[in-house]
Amino acid sequence: MPPVVRLLAKRLGTSLIVLVGVSMLIFTIARVIPGDPARIALGPNATAEQVEALRERLHLDEALPIQYGYFLRDLSRGDLGISLYTNRPVTADIAQFLPATLELIVVAGLMMILIGLPLGVIAARYRGSWADHAVRIFTLLGVSAPSFVWAVILMLIFAFYLPLFPIAGRIADSYAIASVTGFLTIDTLIAGNLAAFGNAAWHIVLPAFALSLSGIGQAARLTRSNMVETYDKPFIEMARSYGFPERRIARRFAFRPSLIPSLTIIGLDFAAMLGNAFLVEAVFAWPGLSRYGVAVILRKDLNAIVGTVLIISAMFLLVNIIVDLLIAFINPRIRYSQRAS
Amino acid sequence: MKRAAYILVRNPLSLTGVILITLVVFGALFADFIAPFPEHRGAVVDFANFNKPPEWPYLFGTDLVGRDLFSRILYAYRISLLLGVVVLAIAVPVGVTIGLVAGYIGGWTEYVLMRITDVFLSIPPLVLAMSMMGLLEPTLTNGMLAVTAMWWPWYTRLVYNLTRSEKEEGYVLAAEVIGASKPHIIFREILPNCVPSIVTKMTLDLGFVILIASSLSFLGLGVQPPTPDLGSMVADGAKYLPDSWWLTVFPGLAILVAVFGFNLLGDALRDILGVDQ
Repeated sequence: MPPVVRLLAKRLGTSLIVLVGVSMLIFTIARVIPGDPARIALGPNATAEQVEALRERLHLDEALPIQYGYFLRDLSRGDLGISLYTNRPVTADIAQFLPATLELIVVAGLMMILIGLPLGVIAARYRGSWADHAVRIFTLLGVSAPSFVWAVILMLIFAFYLPLFPIAGRIADSYAIASVTGFLTIDTLIAGNLAAFGNAAWHIVLPAFALSLSGIGQAARLTRSNMVETYDKPFIEMARSYGFPERRIARRFAFRPSLIPSLTIIGLDFAAMLGNAFLVEAVFAWPGLSRYGVAVILRKDLNAIVGTVLIISAMFLLVNIIVDLLIAFINPRIRYSQRAS
Repeated sequence: MKRAAYILVRNPLSLTGVILITLVVFGALFADFIAPFPEHRGAVVDFANFNKPPEWPYLFGTDLVGRDLFSRILYAYRISLLLGVVVLAIAVPVGVTIGLVAGYIGGWTEYVLMRITDVFLSIPPLVLAMSMMGLLEPTLTNGMLAVTAMWWPWYTRLVYNLTRSEKEEGYVLAAEVIGASKPHIIFREILPNCVPSIVTKMTLDLGFVILIASSLSFLGLGVQPPTPDLGSMVADGAKYLPDSWWLTVFPGLAILVAVFGFNLLGDALRDILGVDQ
């Protein structure tokens, strides 16, 4: 068995165990809460019989492990139950709202890589200069405010005072785009409607940037500190003595070994973004999981909460597997050893 | 001590951190004396002075029922700091102990403890805290509980990695050879060597706990009105942008100042204590 396949199998196995753990954890939290979820769902005007019927339907009177058994049985059929808030299958709700959130996160992740890594490289190459200090302050500020504060500030400056970007939403209402992938920036291209693509891309810039700021900060800081370390290695000295230009040294010799820890951080930051997307979406009225998530949490909609948390965690684990494979691909040494969890 | 003070003062960023945090803590502790309108922390209305832009005596303006924003921010700091201290006071001992035990004992104990930690780490922190807050009642105590539940695994992971490298060191081997008990080795030998990393992380985390708590209340899942809270102040004010900009900008900057300060302070401590990143 090739090492990469073995690594993949092992990571998938561990992730599955963790995912079962997540489902047990969130299921337990959702079931031990005070208050009767059936009563909350039906409202104060429902009769005792109606409440009892719903309790029966949701198996709320059974012992906790048996309830969990029902849950697993339904889950294996791809059924996460009915949302008591929208009265639709939870899977359908998530399928409707998730793509908008994912699109936001993917664009934010790209910004994080395309802005964060170069900033780190610049700071390391001109260590101790004004550029280094400027990057340090910028990155510290990035991680020092929650993304909703950046969202509000960016909106105030670049949407209200300088009306460069739209204030809210995903795309102007005048465009009707058939949903294929759910990613508007891709769907508009599939439809061949360049004006609509421009409009969708224009809408996503500010929310994605607000979401990516803390990630940019972390990616830049980590890249800088790794590169500074690499610059002290003998092989850099050797490259210099060969007379390679500084630009080539930075790119080929100092940056590459620093890329691996940065990739790991990007995987972890994805988790933070999944949560922070809730905040940014609320500010920019982005039609993603946020409004749904907060609504179902406030209404104690058990099925929807468990389903949403489970899907988000599964995505987080998936991204980290992809990151691990990328790292194995870049660094052959890792293919043979186990990365510390 | 002298060296520490020198490092703090020499680096302008570290000095900024010390000044910012001193101001924030001072303002929070003595809010009763500093706040121009201490009674505005609660459910007070003063419709004669509602929605005023920043002008004397309202340093940061007033909110929609005429309460002084500056006074409310000071009291919000008090609650945020209290929350941060309580969360870390619970999360750190729990997380550190689990990390030490898993790292030193190894075997099945390690496997089970670290997989449980992985479970908590693989739910995005904010999502875990949100779900807990929504399912419990949104009060200050539950807020602390929810944030604590998401915070301890980070200390477990940190200390676990430290312990795994420390236990190969000569001093641990020496203690084992002379027959020291496991609790002695874990808590008297290994733990003291993890303290610098833990203290540095705690300083940084005080800022991040404030950040997460404000995120929860921004979504309406935190401390409930009329208790002043930076996150819910931003959320309430956001509806009135751009005209009443002070309603969101000042509470937002207040969060930024506190977290930025703790970040600078944490970086300075890292230099002083010689902790690797």
